[in-house]
Amino acid sequence: MNLILFTFIVLLGFTSYYFGRKKAYTIQSTKKRLTALPQFYGYYLAIWCAIPAFIIFSLWAIFEPTIVKLLILSDYLNQGYLDDELNLIYEKTKALSRGQFTGEITPFIKASAEKYLSLRSIAQSSKVVIVLSAIIASVAYAYKKISSNSRTREPVEKFLNAVLFTASLAAILTTVGIVFSLIFQTIDFFKVIPLFDFVFGTHWYPAKAFVRDSSEALDPTMYSDTFGAVPIFAGTFFIAFIAMCVAIPIGLMSGIYLAEYASYKVRQYAKPLIEILAGIPTVVYGFFAALTVGPFLKELGTSMGLEVSAESALAAGGVMGIMIIPFISSLSDDVITSVPQSLRDGSYAMGATKSETIKRVIFPAALPGIVGSILLGVSRAIGETMIVVMASGLAANLTLNPLESTSTITAQIVVILIGDQAFGDPKTQAAFALGMSLFLVTLCLNIVALKVVKKYREKYE
Amino acid sequence: MNKNKEQLLKKRYKAEQRFRLYGQSAIFMALLFLTFFIFKIFSTGHSAFQKTWLIVPVTFDAELMMLEQNPSNVDIQDADYYDIALKSMADLDLNANEDQENELKRMVSYFFEKEIKNELLNDPSLIGKTKEVYLTASDDLDQVFKGNYPRDLPEDQRRVSDYQLKIFDQLVANGKVESKFNISFFTNPDSREAELAGIASSFMGSIFSILVCLMIAFPVAVLAAIYLEEFAPKNRFTDFIEVNINNLAAVPSIVFGLLGLGVLLAIFQLPRSTPLVGGITLSLMTLPTIIIAARASLKAVPPSIREAALAMGASRMQTTMHHTVPLSMPGTLSGTIIGLAQALGETAPLILIGMVAFVNTIPGSPMDPAASLPVQIYIWAESAERGFVEKVSACIMVLLGFLITMNLFAQIIRHKFEKKWS
Amino acid sequence: MIKIKAKDVDVFYGKKQALFNISLDIEENQVTALIGPSGCGKSTFLRCLNRMNDVIDICSVKGEILINDFNINDKGCDVVRLREKIGMVFQKPNPFPKTLYENVSYGPTIHGIAQSKQEMDEIVETSLKKAALWEEVKDRLHEPGTGLSGGQQQRLCIARAISVSPEVILMDEPCSALDPIATAQIEELIDGLKKEHTIIIVTHSMAQAARVSQNTGFFHLGQLIEHGSTDKIFKNPDNKKTQDYITGRFG
Repeated sequence: MNLILFTFIVLLGFTSYYFGRKKAYTIQSTKKRLTALPQFYGYYLAIWCAIPAFIIFSLWAIFEPTIVKLLILSDYLNQGYLDDELNLIYEKTKALSRGQFTGEITPFIKASAEKYLSLRSIAQSSKVVIVLSAIIASVAYAYKKISSNSRTREPVEKFLNAVLFTASLAAILTTVGIVFSLIFQTIDFFKVIPLFDFVFGTHWYPAKAFVRDSSEALDPTMYSDTFGAVPIFAGTFFIAFIAMCVAIPIGLMSGIYLAEYASYKVRQYAKPLIEILAGIPTVVYGFFAALTVGPFLKELGTSMGLEVSAESALAAGGVMGIMIIPFISSLSDDVITSVPQSLRDGSYAMGATKSETIKRVIFPAALPGIVGSILLGVSRAIGETMIVVMASGLAANLTLNPLESTSTITAQIVVILIGDQAFGDPKTQAAFALGMSLFLVTLCLNIVALKVVKKYREKYE
Repeated sequence: MNKNKEQLLKKRYKAEQRFRLYGQSAIFMALLFLTFFIFKIFSTGHSAFQKTWLIVPVTFDAELMMLEQNPSNVDIQDADYYDIALKSMADLDLNANEDQENELKRMVSYFFEKEIKNELLNDPSLIGKTKEVYLTASDDLDQVFKGNYPRDLPEDQRRVSDYQLKIFDQLVANGKVESKFNISFFTNPDSREAELAGIASSFMGSIFSILVCLMIAFPVAVLAAIYLEEFAPKNRFTDFIEVNINNLAAVPSIVFGLLGLGVLLAIFQLPRSTPLVGGITLSLMTLPTIIIAARASLKAVPPSIREAALAMGASRMQTTMHHTVPLSMPGTLSGTIIGLAQALGETAPLILIGMVAFVNTIPGSPMDPAASLPVQIYIWAESAERGFVEKVSACIMVLLGFLITMNLFAQIIRHKFEKKWS
Repeated sequence: MIKIKAKDVDVFYGKKQALFNISLDIEENQVTALIGPSGCGKSTFLRCLNRMNDVIDICSVKGEILINDFNINDKGCDVVRLREKIGMVFQKPNPFPKTLYENVSYGPTIHGIAQSKQEMDEIVETSLKKAALWEEVKDRLHEPGTGLSGGQQQRLCIARAISVSPEVILMDEPCSALDPIATAQIEELIDGLKKEHTIIIVTHSMAQAARVSQNTGFFHLGQLIEHGSTDKIFKNPDNKKTQDYITGRFG
């Protein structure tokens, strides 16, 4: 039904466009000069038709369910029902009205269902009537206003400007959405689990916290040992550290080589090939780490007499490092290439070799940019999910031994939230709290990294 | 003094050589990883494109099928095929006892009834006759035939018994085992049975997600980029928007999954596990990428074009819409395709919003529950059966194929259509 | 005494020839100016003398350049040692983003000239004094070299070039980015430096050439039209083209 109304509004919009333009042509034919091209009159009319309609349509869609629910439940007020039970009554009413109810049908539910159906049909018809009258009123008003003097191009362009502006708000809305979705769950979580226990506790065992009956208050003392995030934070930074140990030497040296030594042909082929490493989806890396690297390291360790887990931090960190190589290589390459040639000339003219020039002049000059690229690499490593989920352990293990398995923030979020979750469950809230920590850490890293790179750019551009 | 100088010079040149060598080895190692990785994927995955079939004689006994004389098509549809199917497998070894008959049955996929039924539907005259029918081999035997199975493990550590292997070897010796191109890999939805599993459902899930993502992200991002680049006044608020965009581009993808879970599912109550929600989540992730690419393309259009239009009396809006934007389209489209390619490979956010359920039907619309190709890779990778290993690799090959195609496409658009402003 | 002998030098950028058959002798411990209109190859020739054209991929140099009777275009020539003996100052001052001290000590460090910190301090002080910069910066040696004025930066670059005691100093339009006062200071410096170094200076300004040099070479469209003592070139040139350039008929 809504779809039909929606399509109808769109069609009326097109029709108004046509009529607006037609009126403009008519005015034109009477030899009066128009202040705008005819199609702008059409757009003008179309906007007047569609926008009020859409506004009413959207407001209705947002508020109708709530109002209907209030009206239905008004019959049950003051009878001592709890919120949960009211919700249940409402759900049953809706199910019955759709013919999907299979439980016991009490006279109350039956009456409510009938009321629901009648309310909805009233709502539907009134919606259609109001929307259509709004369209007719606004179009008539606008149509009358069209004369040779009316300036239609400006309002139309103003409208377009508003549309553009709204689009640009999307980024802010997304950020707001992220903060919003994280913060409430996080706050709820910290109502039950003290912040101190979370940040400094050393045992992470969320499986202990199963769904409780919502009428029982949660006893914080029961959970003092289950939500300590230290092993997870440690695991995250540890694996990120291993990854950077792989990525920085290889990435930096490749970047330097490509920028300073490589011939045009080598650069033409090697650079895109290395970029491919960045384009491989991380789930594929994860599979590769779990299938090949993990077992290989385990066998290698066994042959050397070492105890190596099949899901070692080394395997996950190593493969993650490979994934990050192109980021560092590419950014370093760009940064080094942008160091002015005059510095190189100055150094060569002094009789320095190429490597001396790079080590003593170019690298120090490019350092802020390179540091920025490394920070961005670290941020990527910390936020990486699939490689760890598939190749590293899922149990939070506090260790500094790369041959053991450990877990990260991202892996824990997946472990907790895969499958069905109940909101209001401390486990689910814990996942959001972890997400909040992750968001804050990467946000800080990114801000610092971007600032550093920006300062570097200002020096040389 | 001179000798010292000579030595020092030698040292310096040696250091130069070493440094150059480090650079070369770094590049070499990076490329080595890439080569090894591609080799590994191809070598494990190529076998998935072949499917093993057992050729088994089936007797279409009308009595066992509970059919009368001259049955209609409807009768054939409704007939019972279990008994003749079981019998045809049991007849492979006339001396088989009951346990062994069970094992024989497990040598083919559970689809074998349907396969026999299809055979009869295609040729109803087979009633009462015997014909050799192609039946899909079980995933374990499929792996045995492809040489991926550890036959030398002791029997209790394998899923394939010695007896099954004996019968299987007999069939091979008699030429009754064939390997054909595995169409069902592409046309079947996911299945718990490795030999029947295909990527059709996750493929459609990916397509729908990407379409939803494109339809939301592209218009919003391009409009936002136009505003920010052409119309926005230079004030604190605009700076704030830009800071937001740059930050969003670097937020880990799993946080977007939490956003989808917390807002789209919990508050807006959109249907779980659907490409609709997946697409919306992906579009939020892709927005910054497209905005940044579109802005760069808009920036690249020289001011002289804009000035010429304005001098002709066009308004700012007309200048932008008629001149600047069309000229910047190749770069914007190229950036969009690259953004979509990244979105195609995303897994974590889709897992969080539930697109990880076991779905064994092919979704028909973005509102049907589905998985996506990367999530399918994850699901299969986590399962223990050997038969899934090659399927994962093959799925990876398909996914990589798409990504490469999309990236090439983006490059072609950029090179062919972008004007070079010298 | 002839310090540098150039014989039949041709320079190509890819397929395009930039210098045609240049033969020129440079006198020791004198200032030789290379003049000529824009783009005529003066800087290209200058860069041949310390093999700086090697840095440009598409550039190829043919012919002989003998310094101390050794052909630097020979395959066996060690470029690193060559550039220790031949210093260069560029058109736009290019101090390294390091401290003043580190800028001047760069050369001695990589060539292993100083044996101790004390020796290095002495080298830095001497070089800065010779470049007439010591008094101005002696109290801020550990501040960044980029914090000086244009003229000071160029003198810093000169100090840097002198720090390895080169036999020859090449200067590529060293004053073109500087104001007249800084220019005068540098010209005075050049006059003092020639006692211990052979100096070749490319300049756009004929007046400057007349002021600082004892010998002059006039380049036009990649060819060496005429060379000889500065007096002769400016007062009584042999070639009509030279005459036209000097009198300002073109350029």
